[in-house]
Amino acid sequence: MVQAKVVQTGILKRWRHWTGAGDKTFPKLTLVFALVIVALLVGTIIVLGIEAVPAIRKFGLSFFTSTNWNAVTEQFGALPAIYGTLVSALIALIIAVPISLGAAIFLVELAPNWMRAPSSFLIEMLASIPSVIIGLWGLFVLVPFIRSPIESWLGGHLGFLPLFQGPPFGVGFLSAGVILAIMIIPIITAVSRDAMQAVPDTQREAMLSLGATRWETISKAVIPYCRSGLVGAVILGLGRALGETMAVTMVIGNSYNLTDSLFSPGATIASKIALEFSEASPGVPVAALVELALVLFAVTFIVNVVARVLVWRMTALKAGK
Amino acid sequence: MNERGYLRRKWTNKIILGLCYTAAGIAIALLLIILGYTLFKGVGSINLDFFTQGAKPPGEVGGGMRNEILGTLILVALGSVIAIPIGLMAGIYLSEFGNSKVNATIRFTADILAGMPSIVVGVFAYAIIVRPLQSYSAWSAGIALAMIMIPVVARTAEEAMKLVPNTMREAALALGITRWRSVVSVIVPGALTGIVTGIMLGVARIAGETAPLLFTAFGSYFGYKGLNQPIGALPLQIYKYALSPYKDWQQQAWAGAFLLILMVLVISIVVRWISRRKTR
Repeated sequence: MVQAKVVQTGILKRWRHWTGAGDKTFPKLTLVFALVIVALLVGTIIVLGIEAVPAIRKFGLSFFTSTNWNAVTEQFGALPAIYGTLVSALIALIIAVPISLGAAIFLVELAPNWMRAPSSFLIEMLASIPSVIIGLWGLFVLVPFIRSPIESWLGGHLGFLPLFQGPPFGVGFLSAGVILAIMIIPIITAVSRDAMQAVPDTQREAMLSLGATRWETISKAVIPYCRSGLVGAVILGLGRALGETMAVTMVIGNSYNLTDSLFSPGATIASKIALEFSEASPGVPVAALVELALVLFAVTFIVNVVARVLVWRMTALKAGK
Repeated sequence: MNERGYLRRKWTNKIILGLCYTAAGIAIALLLIILGYTLFKGVGSINLDFFTQGAKPPGEVGGGMRNEILGTLILVALGSVIAIPIGLMAGIYLSEFGNSKVNATIRFTADILAGMPSIVVGVFAYAIIVRPLQSYSAWSAGIALAMIMIPVVARTAEEAMKLVPNTMREAALALGITRWRSVVSVIVPGALTGIVTGIMLGVARIAGETAPLLFTAFGSYFGYKGLNQPIGALPLQIYKYALSPYKDWQQQAWAGAFLLILMVLVISIVVRWISRRKTR
């Protein structure tokens, strides 16, 4: 072996000369590819910004306050879409947060050892089901179920609230919110599970040795310790809910109006773009839709940054920094 | 000790923990319900025609999604061919060469890119490719899908390569191999299972994506006509058929969903199997 190497030295020298150059260029080459990621993000911002200019110039701030979306007169206002996005995401959070936190507590604190990995896997599987299939299921199974009994019951018993008035359509904000909840449960569960796992056991042991119950241990020693991670998880879920497109488009009913009732069909920013972009005529109509996309991008950008910072703080804590 | 206070604490504990069990049960039940229903509905709608026939107009019985299945395969292949080299190289940079400041920036952008709504990716791809070329095309869809896949591949590749023990790097360097050779022939092979896992996760993700295809691939009645022509895809067709009023088409949507979910399911289980074997 050794002798063979010695014999080859001459060739190796030339090879080394060659590969030495490789050592200079290869890291730079990988950097170029890594920068493609940055370029894609920056490119998206620039391209959307430029494409939206005709609409920004024409409508200015009234884009955010007008409820009109008329392709014939070329009057465009985003308020109903923004409202629909926020309402459906809010419903989703109200449903998903307690379920996800409960599930995370189960996974970290309560589940017997043999159940942990399989249950985690099953919940994460839910995240990998394509959006369009959740939408298909939502349209044919969930929407009829929401129409009756859920909406007729809510209308009958809580109908004095403006939220629950109007005919039960099935398709609408409520269905969209429930579908979104299903879609964000896995992410909130997974991230808050990781945050809770980062809490040192000494924290729990100290509480238990003082005679606390399991729940007191969780609520007073575990949750406060990983609070920023949990908030980050919820915000990450919010980001998903705001940007989700297909499933929502399929169950929200797609009518462009501003209404109190959760039973009413509505639209979100994403569903509006999905439905109209390929038919919009060039010029202001397309620019208005691109401006919607830009708004959606900006909102999810901010939400994701906040979530990242919170979750990072939590993991940095774990690393003892 | 106060007996009533003790009882209250005990019952609060029981009730809230009970609710946690219920919550976990709900989360798991949701998966089983959606999965079970789709598989059940789909298996009744799937048949040989589904794989061998093209789409038929409404009213005509039969027809299948041959063109769309092929289209999805083409689009996923296109997306992967673009995303794997970029993602892998970016992962190598992050794990092996980067300094912490640049790394933080790139990781951060990758995370933001991964969290970007997929419909926005579609609008972007439309603006930079479809409109200048004046045509919906498989290319533009492949690039949009790649954009979604790149951050997944990059981050998982990075994590996988970081798990390669430093002793391997040192051993390689001690043998006189240059650093780039050690990356190519020691570190990447050492992290291969992790990298493959990441690629598979990316494939599972883009195979089901619909929103970025709406105004890039667009869909086509005529099957594959070239990479610069509109092309059909399974998730697009499921969307279109689901919203159609025809029972026949809705049946086919379920059959398509069955096929898509089966693919994603198989990938997820294989990925899990690989990564479990690795940790043992």
